[in-house]
Amino acid sequence: MLTLAHFLTLGALLFCISVAGIFLNRKNVLILLMCIELMLLAVNINFVAFSRFLDNMDGQVFVFFILTVAAAEAAIGLAILVVLFRNRSSISVEDIADLKG
Amino acid sequence: MPIVEIVFYLFSAVLVVSALSVVTSGNPIYSVLFLVLAFFSAACIWMLLEAEFLAIVLVLVYVGAVMVLFLFVVMMLDVNVTPMKEGFARYLPVGLLVALAMAAQMFMVIWTRGLETQPLPDPRPADYSHTRELGEWLFTHYIYAFEIAAVILLVAIIAAISLTHRRRPGTRYQDPAEQVKIRRQERVRLVKMPSERTGEG
Repeated sequence: MLTLAHFLTLGALLFCISVAGIFLNRKNVLILLMCIELMLLAVNINFVAFSRFLDNMDGQVFVFFILTVAAAEAAIGLAILVVLFRNRSSISVEDIADLKG
Repeated sequence: MPIVEIVFYLFSAVLVVSALSVVTSGNPIYSVLFLVLAFFSAACIWMLLEAEFLAIVLVLVYVGAVMVLFLFVVMMLDVNVTPMKEGFARYLPVGLLVALAMAAQMFMVIWTRGLETQPLPDPRPADYSHTRELGEWLFTHYIYAFEIAAVILLVAIIAAISLTHRRRPGTRYQDPAEQVKIRRQERVRLVKMPSERTGEG
């Protein structure tokens, strides 16, 4: 029998995988951005599951807005990444440490 | 086992495996493609939860637009792949530790609060329209948030263009202000001259 806990477990697993991905991929900002997209997907799965199980439409409207904001965030993040690569010829996180004291 | 559970476990397995591959592949192009697979499987699970419109939006907007944008950037940047794996082993213990701790905490909340006894509700009737329902909520209760979302998208467009736009020296641009400001007297000169008879016959 499928219960709410199954869907929440799936969301939790995805979220933990993407958190681990942010720790692991220090050489590539691009994969960090993908991990953030994956985190938002995990949160969205939780929203959709709660919306279905509680029979409440608010969660799905929220997913709609999260998708909008995530698309905007991806566009601006990739634009920043392109400018960064143009100036530094590198997208490694370790090379972006100018503000380090 | 009913078909719903088979579908759930199948697509969940694909989703988790492709998410792991996104994180560990190290090659950005493979990561993007696995991310596409992850979004597809998530869309199928949303279909299972009867969120059809959102599932289609996820495929159209995410796979169709955002992932293609990612792919464009991956190919534009031309990053060399070999040093990507550096530091992977160094950060593996701390990454695993944090992820496992978070997973343990979340599972403790999820599996002890009675959520595991809440069954999937009965399927909605065949004439129920999820898109219509979502639209009614979006354009009544959430109309201001909807407008703000539109403004956010506009800001994103302007920010992305102004960030990546650069003026190269030596290229020619139109200046509409100068074009509009021009007077007839600056361009046209009427010359008085006597008429001449040419080509007799």
